[in-house]
Amino acid sequence: MKIRVLALFVVLVAWAAIAWGNRLIEVINPAIVPTPAEVFVTTAGALRDGSLVRNLATSLVRVLEGFAIAAAAALGLGVLAALCAPLRTMIEPVIEFVRPIPPLAFLPMFLVWFGLGESSKVAFIAYTTFFPMFIGVAASVLRVDVMLLRAAASLGATRADLLRRVMLPAALPGIIVALRLGFGLALFVIVGAEFIGADAGLGNLIMEGRTYFNPPLIVMGALMLGALGSLVNALLLGVERRFVHAQDS
Amino acid sequence: MSAPKIRIAGVSKSFQSDGRAAAALGGVDLDVAERELLCLLGPSGCGKSTLLNIVAGFLTPSTGTVFVDGRAVTGPGADRGVVFQEYVLFPWLTVAGNVEFGPKLAGAAAAERQQAVARYLDLVGLGAHATKFPAQLSGGMKQRVAIARALANHPSIILMDEPFGALDAQTREVLQDELSRIQRVEHKTIVFVTHSIREAVYLADRVVVMTSAPGRIKQIFDVKLPEVRDRFAPEFTEIEAAITRSVKEEVRKVHE
Repeated sequence: MKIRVLALFVVLVAWAAIAWGNRLIEVINPAIVPTPAEVFVTTAGALRDGSLVRNLATSLVRVLEGFAIAAAAALGLGVLAALCAPLRTMIEPVIEFVRPIPPLAFLPMFLVWFGLGESSKVAFIAYTTFFPMFIGVAASVLRVDVMLLRAAASLGATRADLLRRVMLPAALPGIIVALRLGFGLALFVIVGAEFIGADAGLGNLIMEGRTYFNPPLIVMGALMLGALGSLVNALLLGVERRFVHAQDS
Repeated sequence: MSAPKIRIAGVSKSFQSDGRAAAALGGVDLDVAERELLCLLGPSGCGKSTLLNIVAGFLTPSTGTVFVDGRAVTGPGADRGVVFQEYVLFPWLTVAGNVEFGPKLAGAAAAERQQAVARYLDLVGLGAHATKFPAQLSGGMKQRVAIARALANHPSIILMDEPFGALDAQTREVLQDELSRIQRVEHKTIVFVTHSIREAVYLADRVVVMTSAPGRIKQIFDVKLPEVRDRFAPEFTEIEAAITRSVKEEVRKVHE
């Protein structure tokens, strides 16, 4: 823990040294290399006028809604695809074709379909995060050891028992990893979605920083995303540890 | 004599490999009596595990049928408990959770399940480890849990597929002692696959020696020794030697 804090501190010191060093000898225009102090002042101001919390909350709600929709769909369809080979054969080529297309390529379509409001961002996040989560869930269920199923069947398990009491718990570690990846991706693309056609959110905040030439605002937005991402990741890691603590044999 | 507990009638099995059918099991007829402990012995690849998997219902025979209590086997079921070489415990459940898995499926009440867990964990000497997870146990302890899990489900038959094969020699003998002791209490019908002749002579009422692939029954030995056996008694060594000669012939065929 101490080393983690120290590592962050070292990065902060390095940033400060570069920014203030640049002030002294002016290698590049000081206006485009904000110092920690400037970012701090900007953050304090954004906190005071409520814009930081408002933008953060807006982004977070979009991410949570989109992620929840995609997670539910990925869980349902992923388990179904793992259980049903014909369905898998049908879905696979479609997914393998759509998946490599960078989601941002479809963002304009989502704005056309869902308008400039919340639904276009939520739908876009759901679309983006669905594929990796679907593939992760299906693969985790498919990978469940056939011996575990045999052991349960010889103890009297029906097909429904096998699904509920063996496949799902055995696949849970892989499913949680898939959800973590999906959530990380959601934070990744929300910024892109908010760059175009949004009136609030961290992506919008960063875009404002660009439009009104306010580098400290851009850096603040980026740092907030980092903080949000690591916070959520830590939460999901905690969930994972709670459920998967004893599984390795 | 009463009807056999298990009747294996004309069972053969071939697997498809590279488009050709490879015969693993070449027509086996065998009756197992109620409360009997029968060992299947043979060179590796002779199909003894295949035969056990067919009795368990995990595999369907290419020809023939297995009958349990006169009814044809069509799939796995709670009447035939299975103990695997690799333990195959449910890693997300505690020791107690594993043992009560079968009773829970059968809809047993919590108190009843608790009783079963206590009884069978005591029987295998793991009473103090009920709340541990499988990952925290040694191989020998895991296999004891697997045996307790099978017993707690009250099957009339237990199928054991080289259950002590992955254990070190000392642990292996300890578990053989325990199985012998448990069988004197529980009186299950047990089919036990092993490639250890000593283990077979120590545990079995009858030892079935199989031929090299495709496996058939080569010879059946009645082990007429007392219930509690001495691995160093002359009669023990005598049977061991006779079975060893029979198995060696088959092993030699594999290497020719």
